[in-house]
Formats: sequence, C-alpha cells, structure tokens
Amino acid sequence: MKKTKRPSLLKYTESYLMLGFWFVFFVFFTLIPIGISVVISFTDYNMLQTPHFVGFNNYIRLLLDDEIFVKSLANTLLFAVITGPVGYLISFIIAWFINETGRGIRPFLTVLFYSPSIAGSIYVVWTYIFSDDSYGLLNSTLLNMGILKKPIQWLTDTNYNFYVVIVVILWMSMGTSFLAFIAGLQSLNKSLFESAAIDGIRNRWQELWYITLPQMVPQLLIGAVLTISTSFAVGAVPAALTGNPSTDYSTHTLILHIEDYGNTRLEMGYASSAAVILFIIMVATWFVINKGVRSLGKD
Amino acid sequence: MKQNKLNRSTGGNIVVILFLLIMGLFTAFPIYFSIINAFKPLSELYLFPPRFVVYNPTFNNFKDIIALQSQATVPMERYIFNTVFVAVATTVIYVFLACLAAYPLAKHNFPGKEFIHKLIVFAILFSTQVTALPQYLLMSKTGMLDTYCALIFPALGSSFGVFLVMQFIGAFPDDVIEAARIDGCSEFGVFFKIVFPSVKPAWVTLAILTFIANWNATGTQVIFTESLKLLPTMMNQITAAGIDRAGVAAAVSFILMIPPMVSFILSQSQVVETMAYSGIKE
Repeated sequence: MKKTKRPSLLKYTESYLMLGFWFVFFVFFTLIPIGISVVISFTDYNMLQTPHFVGFNNYIRLLLDDEIFVKSLANTLLFAVITGPVGYLISFIIAWFINETGRGIRPFLTVLFYSPSIAGSIYVVWTYIFSDDSYGLLNSTLLNMGILKKPIQWLTDTNYNFYVVIVVILWMSMGTSFLAFIAGLQSLNKSLFESAAIDGIRNRWQELWYITLPQMVPQLLIGAVLTISTSFAVGAVPAALTGNPSTDYSTHTLILHIEDYGNTRLEMGYASSAAVILFIIMVATWFVINKGVRSLGKD
Repeated sequence: MKQNKLNRSTGGNIVVILFLLIMGLFTAFPIYFSIINAFKPLSELYLFPPRFVVYNPTFNNFKDIIALQSQATVPMERYIFNTVFVAVATTVIYVFLACLAAYPLAKHNFPGKEFIHKLIVFAILFSTQVTALPQYLLMSKTGMLDTYCALIFPALGSSFGVFLVMQFIGAFPDDVIEAARIDGCSEFGVFFKIVFPSVKPAWVTLAILTFIANWNATGTQVIFTESLKLLPTMMNQITAAGIDRAGVAAAVSFILMIPPMVSFILSQSQVVETMAYSGIKE
C-alpha cells in the first residue's frame, strides 16, 4: 500500500499542516490568553509602567480588601448555581418533551425555544417589561389589576433585580446544548424502546431513566461543558438590564469586575487575578460534573 | 401489531402539552412584544394600561432609523457593511480552517493527537467573554486593536467548531478514505475531494452557528473608531438615548434578529443531524 511506503515524517507533516492553520489562531487567541492571565496575575502590570512581580498580593487584595470582588464572586456563584443546573434541566426537559410531540410540529417548537439565544440583543425588551416606572409592562398590568398600589422598581431595587436577571438568563438558556439534546434524542436507537417495552418498561419515566439517559451521556457531557461556559460568564445581561454598575453592585459579576479593573482602570495584573480565580472555579466545576454525568451511563 | 406509541399514557401527554404550552408562551411573549413594538406608533408605546396588540400599525419607526442616521457622522450603510463583512468573513475563514483541522484530528494518527483532543474539549469551557481581557492585551501589543482583525481573529481561535466537525468526520467511513488514498490522492486531495463535500451538514451547521454568534457581536471593547463599529453597537447607542427612542430601538432589533432566525430556520434539519454527533465520547 502506498501509505506504508511513505516516510512517516512526511505523513505527519501533512497532518500537522492541515491542523496548523487553525492551531495558530487557537494558540494565539485561546491558549496564550489563558496563560498570560496566570502570569500577569502575579504582577502589578498596568499597561504603562514596567510590571513588577508582586507574588500573591493581587489575590490577597481581592479576597481581603475588595468588598466588590467578594460581592461579585458571590453573585457569579449564585447565578451559576441557579441558572446553570435549572437552565440545563429545563433545556433537557423541553428537548425531551419536544421529542414526544409529532414530527410535524418539532421543527417549529425547536425554533421557538432556541430563538431567545440567537435573536441577538432582543433580551433588552425585558427592560421594557420590567421597567421601573408605571409604564413598564409588568408594573402597569399589576397596577391596573389593583394588585400594586405603586410601581415596583424591578431593575434598581436590590430586593428584586437579582431575580429579574435570573428570569432573563433562564429565558435565554436554550442554547447550543439544547440543540445537542434535541439531536441526541432524535438519533436514539428506536429498537431498544420496543424490546424494553417487552421487558417490562411501563412508562416514559422508566424509559428515560433506563434507556434514554444512558445513551445520551455524550450529549449530556457536551451540554454540561457549554452550560458551564455560559453560566459563569454572566455579565452582559445584568449590565444591560440593571445598569453597570447596578445599585449597590447587587447584580455585579466577576466578568463585570474584570472589565471594570482591566478595560477601564487598566489594572491588568489585578484584573487578571480575578480572571484566574474564575478559571479555577470553572475547571473545578467541570471535573466534578464530568464525573457525575459519566456515572449515569454505568448503571 | 407494532404500536406506534409505546408506554404513552394520556395523563403523561397532558403534562407534556401543558409544560410546552406554558414554557412556549413564556419564551414567545417577549419576542412577540419586541416585534409589535417595532410597529407601534409612539402614542401606543407608552399607554396606560398597556395594550397587547397594535391598533394602528406603522412603519414610522423604520423610517425614523433612516432619519436619525442621516444626521449621524457615519452613514447607516457603513454599520451594515461592517457587521455583514465581519460576520461573513469570520464564518467563511473559520469554517474552512476548522474543517481542515478537524480531518487529521478525526482520521490521522500523529504524536500529540490525544493531547490536542483533550485541549479542545477543555477550551470550550472558556468562552470569549472570559478570555476577553488577555485577548485585549495581546491585540493592543500587536497593533490589532481598532481594526477588523480585532473582530475576526479571536473568533477563529474558538475550539467548539473544530470539535463539532471532528466528531462528525469521525463517523465518516474509513474505507472510502482508504480507497481514495489507493487511487493516489494526497491527504489534501482526500480532504477536498472526498471528506469536505461529504460532511456538508457539519460545515453548514458550523457556518450557521458561527454566523449567528458573530452577527450578534458588539465589539465595544476592541473597536473605538465610529466608522468601524458594528450594527448592534449602533443600536445600543440609539437605545441609550432614552424612552422616546424606544420605537426606533424596537425596529432596529427587529431587523437585527431576522438574519440569524432565517438562517437557522432554513438549515435546521442539517443542524440537528450534525449536533447528533456533537457528544463527548471517549
């Protein structure tokens, strides 16, 4: 065969060449940025002066001396812990239920549920729904029905704005992982369901648990990666809805804190240390969830 | 006889329909509102109590976009060109680079392959928002800030597309590739003549997902020159001007949402076919 006659180095050259064009961009715009964040997080780099090595000073300052960082860390974790699992679960349930409907209506339902995550900045319509004054859709409806006496400041009152952001993030949570679930469900091995019915599977709940989920592990895993990637990156939505900064930093997140110190104040070293903490949390979450989802397939 | 629906109770069906109905209304309502707001005259936008339908639909909001823009320093066409150019250029280049890289990752054996596989999955975790700051730093040091490169290049470094196509090519039969090699095809020949045309659903999907993501990009942190700004940024500038621009803002966001929606609707069956292979196996 021709393949075996070729010198092995040449064969590798072709593989590396094909990979290489993309890999250059991958290294330069994904790997190196992650790497330099780690390096400059140990310096006082500010883009103007020569950076000095400062050890763990940035991290110490973040944790002990920066109340807004602690607040935004707490908010980021809270947003992720709530919107991540809930969004993931809703995405799966909706994908599963869509798969239970007729063939004709499935494409329509898929577009409907996917549309908030692709329709760009359409989520700003929520600022109209939750608007603080009595003209806001929710306020005026509730006032009109006599439920409220005066308008609620949904977006600026710290009692409410955190929940408003959660509602909007959940509304946008049917993203790429949702598509992976839809596709995974449609490509399941149909004959397994028939033999399972003979073996005594009695309802869809048992079908889901014993047949569907074990086959869906690959899709569930990629869904988990994508969900982690978006749920820790919350920032644009609270900034657009509740202002940046929000009242008493009530919806401030790590992404916004990093932007504030990095892009605005140019304290790159300090901002990078906040980014590195975010990276560590995301990677740790992925390792835990990876283990958990894989155990689903082992029963 | 073989039943079409196994294990399907009426009660369960009602739960399914009810859940989809409630969640569907919750999903559709804000979209419905932003669409009708685009066609409301200003007098209807801030009515008390609010109306859930339009009484006198109008195209004035759309006309106002043009009127507003004629006073601006940068013509409307420039923002449209920027967004279309950036979205299309990113999509075309990324789809090509990602497919070319995915082929050896799926079908060749070379030192370092397993490591790169792991790296790719790992890198999906880091979205562009998370790496924005160090990317900004890199681009400022290389003079890329405030150019089209700042909008296009970071998107080319994404690993999700490569992962998606790699999984799809992985399911492509090896003997077809082997036959082409015996016929004397080089690896580039195999890729361009056999693999690339055969995995059309994969690159159509990747093209759609890349296009949608970059169509919605704002680029506010890397672009400062007005004539290089993107359409969504222009929209934010209109919206920021206050409530009397609400109708115009709704009209702009209505126009902006059409290209991603239409492209997804047209390609949905190919997207679903591709995403079936998107799982993480080992």
